[in-house]
Amino acid sequence: MKKILKNIGCWLDDRGGFSDLLKPLTTHLVPPESTWNYVWGSATLFCFILQVITGIALGFLYQPSVDVAYQSLQYIENQAFMGSFIRGLHNWGASGMVFLMGMHMIRVYLNAAYKYPREMSWITGVVLMVITIVMAFTGQLLRWDNNGVWSAIVAAEQMGRIPLIGDSLAYFLLGGDTIGGETLNRFFAMHVFLFPALLFSFVGYHLYLVFRNGISEPPKVGRLVNPKTYKKWYEDMLIKKGVPFFPDAIWRDAVFSAFVLIVIVCLAWFIGAPELSSKPDLTNVNSNPKPDWYFTWIFALFALMPREIESYVMFLGPLLGGVLLFSIPFLSNKGERSPLRRPWAIAGVVFIILSISSLWYVGIQEPWSPRFNAKPLSEYTTVPDASTEIKKGIELFNTVGCIYCHRIGNQGGIRGPELTNVQNRLTKDQMIIRIVNGAENMPAYGGSLSKDELEAIVVFLSSKEKQSN
Amino acid sequence: MSCDCEEQKTTDSKLEAVNRRSFLTKITIAIGGFIGTVLAFPLITAMLDPVTRKKDTSWRNVGGLIDFEEGKTKMVSFENASPYKWSGEIAYSAAYVRREENNKLTAFSVNCAHLGCPVRWEEKPELFMCPCHGGVYYKDGSRAAGPPPRGLHTYPIRIVNNQVEIETQAIPITNI
Repeated sequence: MKKILKNIGCWLDDRGGFSDLLKPLTTHLVPPESTWNYVWGSATLFCFILQVITGIALGFLYQPSVDVAYQSLQYIENQAFMGSFIRGLHNWGASGMVFLMGMHMIRVYLNAAYKYPREMSWITGVVLMVITIVMAFTGQLLRWDNNGVWSAIVAAEQMGRIPLIGDSLAYFLLGGDTIGGETLNRFFAMHVFLFPALLFSFVGYHLYLVFRNGISEPPKVGRLVNPKTYKKWYEDMLIKKGVPFFPDAIWRDAVFSAFVLIVIVCLAWFIGAPELSSKPDLTNVNSNPKPDWYFTWIFALFALMPREIESYVMFLGPLLGGVLLFSIPFLSNKGERSPLRRPWAIAGVVFIILSISSLWYVGIQEPWSPRFNAKPLSEYTTVPDASTEIKKGIELFNTVGCIYCHRIGNQGGIRGPELTNVQNRLTKDQMIIRIVNGAENMPAYGGSLSKDELEAIVVFLSSKEKQSN
Repeated sequence: MSCDCEEQKTTDSKLEAVNRRSFLTKITIAIGGFIGTVLAFPLITAMLDPVTRKKDTSWRNVGGLIDFEEGKTKMVSFENASPYKWSGEIAYSAAYVRREENNKLTAFSVNCAHLGCPVRWEEKPELFMCPCHGGVYYKDGSRAAGPPPRGLHTYPIRIVNNQVEIETQAIPITNI
């Protein structure tokens, strides 16, 4: 019996060539010092595999149709066995993929692994980054709740800022000139067929390049990359000191991927995927579309940019960013690799991380958004012993929308300045001028408030000891 | 002599083989290109279907003139032009209709001119406010505050036999 099995095994290997296929893995040599800093790329790949598997699982449960997609999501979330967990895995797998891809990219940039002869690895990496972002965004839309529908419109609007072909691109993206029967199918086809196919091809090529050019050795201060001699030096180094990729290097990838898996499983189990908002309905204007966390900083950028240049930035920003990323290996493909000798590289990375983090931080707070649900001020407790006129002012403060953007005590929005002690900063006349004429970020109320109403609000604002309920 | 002939022959046949090979290379590339074009055709036509599909605009009734008070703004909803059979509720768009004196009607798109989020009509201060990035518009649709580069987009609107009709339009896209 044992002999028969062995014979079958030998036949399969002889005719199927499995050993020959896997042999390069065991004989492929890598620099001995490629240790824990080299796990980011493989962990990103692991997330991709997780996404493929959980994506197929969701594909069995999801209905990609405008009229019932939302119901099938409800089914996945509330009724399907483990459905909510699978959705959670897919959601956190996407987050993991975006995050680890970022880490991988930062690592490669700081160690200048994009220099000769690995320029194409960087270029395909940038392509993979773009595809990953597209996947993240299209996936967010497939949630097809009110948030998803309005996100599709926001994406189309951004396309609209591209000169000449903007409108065509926007309507092409939406599948028609309004959101309609084709919109969801398009995003589904892109998310499930088109971009995964591209992703597979580019991941395959990206990996092939790793094998072809070898893993970049950890940089050492003063050891310069010289395109004329590098390849020979690298090969000699491998022959002298190299260790086989399997298992000397890959075990760390396995350990780290397992760690990533555990983290994602925990997040999926204990936190889960974002809650579904109300059903998709373009006539429901009480919707506040917000992107997933990895786009929150762009969301913040759109709110904070000076509006005179914003339309141009929306179009030129991604364009210039893309050109810059693609040109990095051409700007410097030789010389020093160590980050210790490339202070500007470190400065650049720190600058980008700080910018994105601070935008992210304000993006979560959304100070620019009017707080439609701000708790109204009480007529009785806001100002002690309030006169009738002050009470009228308080009521108007609630009803004409002052409270959406201005705080008294700890109630109200934070778009405009806090008004608890505005009486110390502005005279009555100054307040009137401001309210009537508005400002860059405040509407003028001159047209909608009567003289009495204006007076009542100003009397209220001038009163001392204003407080929240 | 015979030797020379033989050599001559070999060179000839070599030359022939090279010519043949370069011809076969060219024809294979050409055929490959042809196959690729044929295969790309269904992909591209399917992707462009919503763009090439026949589109009309149509006038939709959104209520009688008496439903709209003078000096007031009211939200209405209407079916988009030529929806698909399976579109369901997503085929409906909303607009804000404002009636001024002398039966002057204006229909504003609910899409913020900044990035398309739905603006809300705030009755008392007579402002449209956008939840996304804080865009604000006056009752006449002009920009009041925040990031929008222009005022609200409008729909064509008309009164026929005391009925108010809105002409369906594409989702307004703001350009540079």
